[in-house]
Amino acid sequence: MNIDSIKNGFVIDHIPAGMAMEVYRVLKLKKLNCPVAMIMNAVSGKMGKKDIIKIDGEIELNFEALGYVAPDVTVNIIKDGNMVEKRHIELPEKITNVIKCKNPRCITSVEPGIDQVFKLTDKDTRDYRCIYCESKATR
Amino acid sequence: MRHLLDIVDLSTEEIDELLDTADDIIANPDKYRDVCKYKKLATLFFEPSTRTRLSFESAMLSLGGSVLGFSDSKNSSASKGESVADTIRVVSCYSDIIAMRHPKEGAPLVASMKSGVPIINAGDGGHNHPTQTLTDLLTIRREKGRLNNLTVGFCGDLKFGRTVHSLISALSRYENINIVLISPDELKLPSYIKKDVLVKNNIAYEETEDLCAVMSKLDILYMTRVQQERFFNEADYIRLKDSYILDKEKMEYAKEDMCILHPLPRVNEISTEIDDDPRACYFKQVANGKNVRMALIMKLLEVQA
Repeated sequence: MNIDSIKNGFVIDHIPAGMAMEVYRVLKLKKLNCPVAMIMNAVSGKMGKKDIIKIDGEIELNFEALGYVAPDVTVNIIKDGNMVEKRHIELPEKITNVIKCKNPRCITSVEPGIDQVFKLTDKDTRDYRCIYCESKATR
Repeated sequence: MRHLLDIVDLSTEEIDELLDTADDIIANPDKYRDVCKYKKLATLFFEPSTRTRLSFESAMLSLGGSVLGFSDSKNSSASKGESVADTIRVVSCYSDIIAMRHPKEGAPLVASMKSGVPIINAGDGGHNHPTQTLTDLLTIRREKGRLNNLTVGFCGDLKFGRTVHSLISALSRYENINIVLISPDELKLPSYIKKDVLVKNNIAYEETEDLCAVMSKLDILYMTRVQQERFFNEADYIRLKDSYILDKEKMEYAKEDMCILHPLPRVNEISTEIDDDPRACYFKQVANGKNVRMALIMKLLEVQA
């Protein structure tokens, strides 16, 4: 794979240094058949060091999950070798089936087929709470 | 269609309106005896709570309606492994309104997502119990004539006590409320409630382990039971259950017109020697609970007297 020439796919840029593996995990990139490149500790004028992930394939990127683990990243969307959109990711108001509630008293621990939904309750501290039992998500 | 899952689902105006209706029900019970004729309330109690279930059933019967349901998950399809979602889909075909209690937190929210009829949360684990909060508010308003300008003490299990959390949240909407939190260190009010409710709403509060030291300033003393079912560890329960017991001696420090509230059942945290004290309002609370549930059923069924 030539990591400089993606035809159709995504470049996830400005990932805080050391966070690329977490982004890789939460976006379930391991399951992809297309080429994926991970660049760690790249030099960044703004951040000092940063990680970058390049995905050479048209996949459905889970922006909610991405925003939860790495808000403030940039996603460049590439079509036919050209960048067609630059998207600045923010903390999502709600995340669905990204993390699981760890409260053993929560209904999600026993109810089959239920979505695991968390809502952003404090933007400053990046707190998310389970919509069912209101337990705070632990990162 | 409206549900009541959490006290925050109701605006302050709606709470005041419900309390007004409850007052009118107490003054004129005959006016309301047929307003829910031909309507059916299902009481789905996935964990036993005789008191709350009977209160709901008595409320519906007093409105001229009928009741059906179960009092323990052992007597329901839940014991066969049926999901909450499926149980609610089925029961909402048989009833006009559902009151449910479930040991798992958030179960009523799941129910509301699948139900064709209004859901009332009659208690979900250690999470919410909004009709107890309405009961408490009605009792305070009837006894003190107001819901503002009050110093309210909460004593006992402030960590797991859902009625405490809900009442603090509801009272924080009213003006000039002072909260006094009285508990052992292990059972203190969770910090997120202090931050999200008390600090956020600029409510003055203090924390202490000494009930006698703060007794004289209280207009309301809300006692709670240290509940065994909220502990994972029996040793912790035994160590803390007798932390605060209200007796005649402690009552000597209290104001002449202080009100003692308790969500009941009590174990030994209020000595029975206080039951005849005019300041003991916990049995009045029981009667108020039925009346405010009548008002709530009417509101959610959109019926009027």
